Amino acid sequence: MHLAYPVVLAALLFSVGVYGVLARRNAVLVLISVELMLNAVNLNLVAFDAWLRDSLHAGQALTLFTITIAAAEIGLGLAIVLLLFRARGTADIDRATALGDPAETLAEEAPAGAGALKGQATA
Amino acid sequence: MNLALPVLVPALPALGAAATLAAGKKAPGLARPLAIVPVAASAVLALVVALQLGTGQALDAATRLTPTGGPDIALAVHLDGYSSLISVLVGLVATCVQVYSTAYLKEDPRYPSYAALVSLFTAAMFLVVYSGDLIVLLVGWEVMGICSYFLIGHHWETADARSASLKAFLVTKLGDVPFLFGIFMLGADAHSFRIQDVLAAATDGKLGHPTLIALLLLAGVAGKSAQFPLHTWLPDAMAGPTPVSALIHAATMVAAGIYLVARLLPVFLLSGAALVVLAVMAAVTMIGSALCALAQDDLKRVLAYSTVGQLGYMAGALASGDREASVFHLVSHGAFKALLFLAAGVVIHAAHTNSISAMSRIPGLRKRVPDAYWTMGIGLVALIGLPPFSGFFSKDAVLSAAEHAANGEAMTNGLGPASAVPQAAGWIVLVSAALTALLTAAYATRLFLLAFHSPAGAAAVAPEVVAPAAADRATVVADHEAGAPYSPELDEADPATAEPHAMRWPLWVLAVPTMTFGIAGVRSDWLPALLDGGSLRPSGVTAVTSTGLAVAGALLAYGAWRSATARLGAGRPAPAPVGRVPEQAGAPAVEVIVADPGRTLLGPLFGPARHGFGVDRLYTALFVRPVIAAARLVRFLDREVVEGYVQGSGIGANLLGRAVRLAQTGNVQTYLSALLAGVVLLTVLVAV
Repeated sequence: MHLAYPVVLAALLFSVGVYGVLARRNAVLVLISVELMLNAVNLNLVAFDAWLRDSLHAGQALTLFTITIAAAEIGLGLAIVLLLFRARGTADIDRATALGDPAETLAEEAPAGAGALKGQATA
Repeated sequence: MNLALPVLVPALPALGAAATLAAGKKAPGLARPLAIVPVAASAVLALVVALQLGTGQALDAATRLTPTGGPDIALAVHLDGYSSLISVLVGLVATCVQVYSTAYLKEDPRYPSYAALVSLFTAAMFLVVYSGDLIVLLVGWEVMGICSYFLIGHHWETADARSASLKAFLVTKLGDVPFLFGIFMLGADAHSFRIQDVLAAATDGKLGHPTLIALLLLAGVAGKSAQFPLHTWLPDAMAGPTPVSALIHAATMVAAGIYLVARLLPVFLLSGAALVVLAVMAAVTMIGSALCALAQDDLKRVLAYSTVGQLGYMAGALASGDREASVFHLVSHGAFKALLFLAAGVVIHAAHTNSISAMSRIPGLRKRVPDAYWTMGIGLVALIGLPPFSGFFSKDAVLSAAEHAANGEAMTNGLGPASAVPQAAGWIVLVSAALTALLTAAYATRLFLLAFHSPAGAAAVAPEVVAPAAADRATVVADHEAGAPYSPELDEADPATAEPHAMRWPLWVLAVPTMTFGIAGVRSDWLPALLDGGSLRPSGVTAVTSTGLAVAGALLAYGAWRSATARLGAGRPAPAPVGRVPEQAGAPAVEVIVADPGRTLLGPLFGPARHGFGVDRLYTALFVRPVIAAARLVRFLDREVVEGYVQGSGIGANLLGRAVRLAQTGNVQTYLSALLAGVVLLTVLVAV
């Protein structure tokens, strides 16, 4: 089989994964897209391993390795999504921006922090 | 000769100053003895040193104070006739002033610090007189400057005293900067700061730029001795207590400049141009200050301008190459001017005003202060220069020195060739000194007549008028002529005891040299033997001329005063109500009451002369305003530009932070998009 088929397939899979990661709003679907990208890489590894006739089959070994890691990673990721859903009632990734640094809120927080410090000092 | 004695002379008052300050508030009873005893002791020691040294001797001793890499600085003592004479004068005047001050500043809460500063000042003056090293001399010179600053500002509650002290400090420092460079140049050329080495270098012609050095030194001398361009601080310095004026601004500190030129005269003789500059300076100072004195209303300012003029005489004698005459006049002037100031202090205490026009309205003033009246008369006659008082001899010595210089036979007494003194310098000094003799007589007569002999004062009828009540003081003090420069002094004395003993006998002590010191110059083996050995005897032509001019000036002032008084008498029905004017409080119409001969004599010049010919205003326009404008500019640059950069960096960082914060949306997908874009960009860059 010509190398082009699996490689093109892998590229398509990867592109679909990238699109999913960047565009989907549901966190679960983003995780699935990440899996798609990983699997595109796996496909590449296996294809090149076969094409290069590697006697040690490093590509296949690495693929197994990646699958294991991916399983662990998806477990962790799903757990985070689950906790996010429990806390917020939604798994919408656009609304999970609590770690951002919006300008307005900071300006309001600063005096509050100062007040808290002052409270500590007086206490 | 034991060197400890001349060392003790400056050391004692300095220690006394420290002790007075330390005792100060803890033991107020000790302040007076601690002020008087060290100064009196060093006065006696100065006399002992002078006697031990004898005439015609010079003593030099030095120990290296510190190596500088260049010429060493030495703690050097130089004693000769000049230092003997002036140190005795300083000791005498300082002791009198300290004794006088105990009574004059009796109620003053800051008396200890005042007395300590006077003692420190005396120590500094002794240091200047005895020092054989220019740098050590400079130390004394500057200590005097700072003491003068503090003492002028003694009454720092008043804005006048504050600004006057600042002015005195700034103006004298303005002269001291070039002076310092002059000393450095002398030291560099002579490879030593020792005065005798410098003089040796001067006689050997080793000084590279004598004219430049002399001019630089002259700037410092002009500042310290209040000569023409830098004289403006002295009249304002009268805001200080009167004894300070007597000690510092008449007898000693201002004399330091003259003394320095006298010590370094061989350097000045190398440069004819510097001597001509000195002569012109002296001439302008003499005539200008005499005209100003004729128009002043403030008693102390009259004396201040007179001091400026007499210092002009001394500078003129130096410009004629005769330091003997100059120092002779310095000493006699030191005695009679200290006397005049101390007597003026008594009068001011009695009258509660500085203004002579206000004094002229106080009846019976001369009866209340008889000692001050007589001693002031003696001092003024000495100032006018009538024989046989000291002023006559010393002024005549100056005049004959100028006459000799004008004839091309300057009496340099072996310090240099007679041809070193340009004849022009002699002529300038001679003409201006003669004119000033006339004016001096006029203003001294005016002062005496106005203060003590006004018709209002003569018509002292009501005895209850004699002691103005304390409640009237405010009105009386505010009684000086409107628009005249005036340096009021806070005084708390009780007018009933205007002449306590401590203020009385210093006057008579000083009156003795005022009357007799001039005789010392008559015989060539008396005073001249102590100095350079020249002649101080009055010579015929100048003696007759100067006496004639003085008498003419006095008569002129008297005539003007008589006619002004007569006019006043015609204009007013009776003098008696005039005498009551100060008692009636309110604001009397001052111009009408006072018969001021100065107004008649000066005519249109009166107004400008009263304000010192606008020199202050000129300086305000030329220097003060530009400096203030420059200060404003600097403040603007600092506030708006430099601070703008500082704040700008903060604001810039803040803005940048906000821009960066925009990227921190919290949306993971945005981050990933940016990451992908970066990866693609890098890939493309690497691949292409």
